[in-house]
Amino acid sequence: MLDIFVPADTTACALGADAVAAAVITEANIRKVEINLIRNGSRGLFWLEPLVEITTEQGRIGFGPVTVEHIPQLINHIFEPDITDNTALCLGLIDQIPSLKNQQRVNFARAGIIDPLSLKDYLAHGGYLGLQQALTMTAESMVDQVIASGLRGRGGAAFPTGIKWRTVLETPAEQKYIVCNADEGDSGTFADRLLMEADPFQLIEGMTIAALAVGASQGYIYLRAEYPKAHRVLQQAIDLAYSNSYLGKNIAASEHQFDLQIRLGAGAYICGEETALLESLEGKRGQVRAKPPLPAISGLFGKPTMINNVLTLATVASIFARGADWYKTFGCNRSVGTLAIQLAGNIAQGGLIELAFGANLRDILVDFGGGTATGKPIHAVQVGGPLGAYLAASEWDIKLDYETFNDANAMLGHGGIVVFDDSVDMLQQARFAMEFCALESCGKCTPCRIGSTRGIEVIDKIQQGEQPKQNLILLEELCDTMQYGSLCAMGGLTPMPVRSAIKHLKKR
Amino acid sequence: MLQYFQPDKDLGTPTSSAADAQNKTVGLTIDGVLTHVAVGTSVMRAAAQAGIKIPKLCATDSLAAFGSCRICLVEIEGQKGYPAACTTPVQANMVVTTQSDRIASLRRNIMELTISDHPLDCLTCATNGNCELQDTAGEVGLREVRYGFDGANHLQAAKDQSNPYFTFDPAKCIVCSRCVRACDEIQGTFALSIESRGFEAKVSAGQNQSFADSDCVSCGACVAACPTATLTENTIIKSGQAEHSVITTCAYCGVGCAFKAEMRGNTVVKMTPWKDGKANQGHACVKGRFAFGYVTHQDRITTPMIRDNIDQPWQPVSWEQAFSFAAQRLRDIQARHGKNSIGGISSSRCTNEEVWLVQKMIRAGFGNNNIDTCARVCHSPTGYGLKATLGESAGTQAFASVDHTDLIMLMGANPTDAHPVFGSRLKKRLREGAKLIVVDPRKIALVDAPHVKAAFHLQLRPGTNVAFINAMAHVIVSENIANESFIQDRCDTTAYQQWHEFIIDSKHSPETTEDITGIPAQQLRAAARLFASSGNSAIYYGLGVTEHSQGSTTVMGIANLAMLTGNIGREGVGVNPLRGQNNVQGSCDMGSFPHELPGYRSVTDASNRAIFEQDWGVSLDPEPGLRIPNMFDAAIDGSFKGLYCQGEDIAQSDPNTQHVEAALLSLECLIVQDIFLNETAKYAHIFLPGSSFLEKDGTFTNAERRVSRVRQAMPPKAGLADWQTTLGLAKALGVDMHYDHPSEIMAEIARLTPTFAGFSYARLDELGSIQWPCNEAAPMGTATLHIDTFVRGKGLFAVTEFTPTTERANRKYPLLLTTGRILSQYNVGSQTRRTKNNQWHEEDRLEMHPSDAEQRGINHGDWVGISSRAGNTVLHVKLTHNVQPGVVYTTFHHPLSGANVVTTDNSDWATNCPEYKVTAVEISKVLSPSKWQQRQQSFNNKQQSLLDQKDKTIASNSHEQ
Repeated sequence: MLDIFVPADTTACALGADAVAAAVITEANIRKVEINLIRNGSRGLFWLEPLVEITTEQGRIGFGPVTVEHIPQLINHIFEPDITDNTALCLGLIDQIPSLKNQQRVNFARAGIIDPLSLKDYLAHGGYLGLQQALTMTAESMVDQVIASGLRGRGGAAFPTGIKWRTVLETPAEQKYIVCNADEGDSGTFADRLLMEADPFQLIEGMTIAALAVGASQGYIYLRAEYPKAHRVLQQAIDLAYSNSYLGKNIAASEHQFDLQIRLGAGAYICGEETALLESLEGKRGQVRAKPPLPAISGLFGKPTMINNVLTLATVASIFARGADWYKTFGCNRSVGTLAIQLAGNIAQGGLIELAFGANLRDILVDFGGGTATGKPIHAVQVGGPLGAYLAASEWDIKLDYETFNDANAMLGHGGIVVFDDSVDMLQQARFAMEFCALESCGKCTPCRIGSTRGIEVIDKIQQGEQPKQNLILLEELCDTMQYGSLCAMGGLTPMPVRSAIKHLKKR
Repeated sequence: MLQYFQPDKDLGTPTSSAADAQNKTVGLTIDGVLTHVAVGTSVMRAAAQAGIKIPKLCATDSLAAFGSCRICLVEIEGQKGYPAACTTPVQANMVVTTQSDRIASLRRNIMELTISDHPLDCLTCATNGNCELQDTAGEVGLREVRYGFDGANHLQAAKDQSNPYFTFDPAKCIVCSRCVRACDEIQGTFALSIESRGFEAKVSAGQNQSFADSDCVSCGACVAACPTATLTENTIIKSGQAEHSVITTCAYCGVGCAFKAEMRGNTVVKMTPWKDGKANQGHACVKGRFAFGYVTHQDRITTPMIRDNIDQPWQPVSWEQAFSFAAQRLRDIQARHGKNSIGGISSSRCTNEEVWLVQKMIRAGFGNNNIDTCARVCHSPTGYGLKATLGESAGTQAFASVDHTDLIMLMGANPTDAHPVFGSRLKKRLREGAKLIVVDPRKIALVDAPHVKAAFHLQLRPGTNVAFINAMAHVIVSENIANESFIQDRCDTTAYQQWHEFIIDSKHSPETTEDITGIPAQQLRAAARLFASSGNSAIYYGLGVTEHSQGSTTVMGIANLAMLTGNIGREGVGVNPLRGQNNVQGSCDMGSFPHELPGYRSVTDASNRAIFEQDWGVSLDPEPGLRIPNMFDAAIDGSFKGLYCQGEDIAQSDPNTQHVEAALLSLECLIVQDIFLNETAKYAHIFLPGSSFLEKDGTFTNAERRVSRVRQAMPPKAGLADWQTTLGLAKALGVDMHYDHPSEIMAEIARLTPTFAGFSYARLDELGSIQWPCNEAAPMGTATLHIDTFVRGKGLFAVTEFTPTTERANRKYPLLLTTGRILSQYNVGSQTRRTKNNQWHEEDRLEMHPSDAEQRGINHGDWVGISSRAGNTVLHVKLTHNVQPGVVYTTFHHPLSGANVVTTDNSDWATNCPEYKVTAVEISKVLSPSKWQQRQQSFNNKQQSLLDQKDKTIASNSHEQ
């Protein structure tokens, strides 16, 4: 029996993985080859998707990118895997591909390797060790463990996770909630989705541990509706966790109860902002709340609520499985652990790169990314999503950690990097930043609601040569007003891409 | 309290809601000023309290801080950026800077954005001179809008003029959400929301509907909250801003909302609920805020009129002529038929002072006790039942008490319609987590409203209240969950023992009463347990309790239940009658009863009479007089011939209309004093034009015993205020009464009534309003009664045997009719029908369950005949699941509806309060109005023509001159 892996991941499927899988089965039937087709998650090497893997005694051999047209000539190689195979699409032992080998995978250690919906696979690969450890600990010591690990929120704000947890733990209430922010809306980001599709139990385990630590009995995953596959995978994983007593009453034979449900978003970027997310989760319009009160004190339905990003919660499982000290061996400065870098846009080798904080941006672009897809020189990269700064070539020798980026008036955010070649019009990019804000602003606060629309208009005037000097001054004042006047980071950060784009424009 | 108009002071955010706000303060420095405020206070409010004004738009102290406009940004030492003063709570030793060049430029730039989507038409704008946006733009020094006005904007957005009282002009909206939050937080209707996002965000009524088509109840909270001209009263658009204002008290329901009548000269341009009003805290409903147009309606009669009989045209006369004509007739009747042949009815719509004068004139001038008031037909059982059990004839709490209630049992009351401002306060408490038990044959709005859901709706059959209340007590006693220590300490234990033996009988068990009430036993048991175990449980009730043949019994049963569970004598609990009219409590307090002198003192007691005899210099009749129904019977009988009726429309409001009409037709002298020619006045011989609440001074007493000042805002249309009219009549009768101002009447009330000893107009001006008793023992008034001991000493458990009403469904009349009120109309409707409130309720309809309708082949909208043993009438039918099968319901706001033609003369055994809430009826499809309606229509036409001939008389008189 031959184990053949064809990812069911969204990106792989978008590139034809389902057709490849079907073709493999057809060929197996014709040739009467007994195969075991496993629809794994993606390893995140998107330029190789669909990536077909076959288990051999030496390890897993990969072929990619495989399309359905390749199958007739490739099928013999697939059914008779050979480590020395030098066919064009054969990648050899997949673990040895530099792009994968050179990563430091913590969150994504199992991604693409296991069957996402096999609890057995998950357990065999170190799953639920963290929960087992957590069940031996008091709530206080669990929170201490997270504080000791130095883990910071991966959603973008990088707030120390353990401090949040402590606040929730120390706020007395009959009901507390764990909310997972899976509304991954930043352009060029996909790490949350990849994880949920490739290794869903990791998130469930992390949320369960968080629930034990802060005393919550109910959890919600707020998932963006644009992730239907992640929804299916997560829901099946949750069902499996329930039927195997990893959710519900008496989790893992303990006295603890934790219930977990998925809630789908309705297509608003702003619902990734935690307070707007909570409003939406309560069934209201996704509108930002003023803080204080912090969600940790008065969050969902006014109750203390632990709200964390997918990666943050998933990381918790590893921290409890392997200890805070182990986790702290990754990273630099106060940026502890690993960063899920998502390389997208005009890039030859796009995908997920998990590395300890502190990697060099240029190395990512060149070594991992292999330059632009168009072959033209890279002109600018936007790091940290649509509200992140544009960095020009002169700025690429920068360490990927929160502090360094902060000092450079940029932000790491959720780790997305979008690459542009030299055909990019930076004024258009500045306009796009305002447009994005105008499109996605919840409309609550004046600077964001009106400022973004006025921003588009002012940039248009600049573009049309209408009093460019005065309008550039006005644009700068508008950026200042939005940065310091907005209620949340949406309006507050929009000036970052605008200003950085204008800065490059002026340099030119 | 006449004052130049100025907007109420706004501290930006509400008082701190922190649990320890009462006793913990925080010291901080704002602009170098050291100040101390309650913990949890916002920086904005702390600054305002220290006299430092931070500009703001989205913040107002009636709404929770929101933080959207961003105008109130400040600098706080040690904090990044510029926090919003409204959403930032103070912290110890905080150092706040509210003014700096940097802040100024930020605020100006934010205001520039706001104004970049706002029309610059201030000079022609309706709110010019009273606009927070205009003021704030001025404060931040906005001088130009560099973005120009060619960009995206909402300036062409269409107005919504669907509401008759206000206009929504979205072109002027700054999307601060104050209207949306007011609808949510203050009114609790949730009719408004913000639709779309970003620049497209806009205020939307309902699902992007017009205000009229949405769930909006037109309370006007949004209009009051709007800081721009987006939501503006049509009166302001038409007349301009006020130049002076008068603080007064609403003349609609028993909530007693305080209002600021905003005036231009003698014209009211706007009624603004007064923020310092203790009963309403700045909120109002569609009636109080908007429906004041009746005051200047063309139907107002402003000249006294007389006629010899009701077939003659009215003859306009001078006040003196009217008084002497009336006095002569009354004295003549007495000479011929004895002193008891005349009497009077005081008005629950008039002031305490006016009621006092009416009962004084009757007792001292008529020489009998034939004085009654419309409380007879609403809450007389409350007075009787509460006096008997607790010792005082009034509700035990202040409205504010509900803020501390954990469980509300609402019985036979529909506050969101009949007491809307209290209804909103109740809903707020329910949203905070208090539980609700609704006991009502109908599914009232509160059973299932936005963010409010009753834990139990005990949908009992009309007429089974006593069986229900006994079953509640039975469960609590038999399950041993009564508050024994309260009973031992506070109640008459002998009476309790007797009552205990009575109530423990299994005939009161919910399993037994289920067949009577229709309430499933398990539901009732669960509700009783909830009532007994919720901490602070309070009972609120209305006319659904009192207007029954056993109304007084149910009131006593309610008092029993409160005592049984120890839910009386502190905040958050109590027995709370929601009284119907603005001054029904006051009219009772002021002695409008044939058996009681003011302060509920028996007229048969010589020592009580002596107090008044000494002061008034007359001797008083020791015999109790006639109650209203007795007056009717005596009139038909021929022994009662003259009636002075002030401000009550008995022909429409009292039961068994045809009986009332016969009584009125039997009178030789009917004197009606009213602002309109009401239904009763059509039978009158003398019409004395009344004055509205805006035309006189006085006081009203609301359902929480709160006495508030009514202040004259305009001169009386007919020249005399009602108290002056009664004085004129008394003088013509030769009664020695003289007062130059209602304050002198209040002085007499205080002198002669122990519970009012501390009252004076000066004291009322000082405290704003006072809850009686107010005397030496309670100089500030009394919010909660029966705190350490009951007024009667020990609380008395009264045995409350259930006796079914004789008015029960049978083969001939298989359905039970119950009546009630609606939000937009008020009682007999003489005021609200003369306003644009008719838009919401232009006719009374019969509500019927579809299954009952189907059995009778009736479709929605059909004309149906409603017949009872008393009479029949015809209404359009509305099919709804809000009534249970077997029960039909209607309102009585329109005279020609004839709801009371159908109701019977059954009444409460103790007080004669009519059994409006239960009438056995049959319903059938018909094609034309009833005989009574046709006859009434022609009678109306005739009376209208007799009134119109008055105008001809005036014209010909002036021609002769």
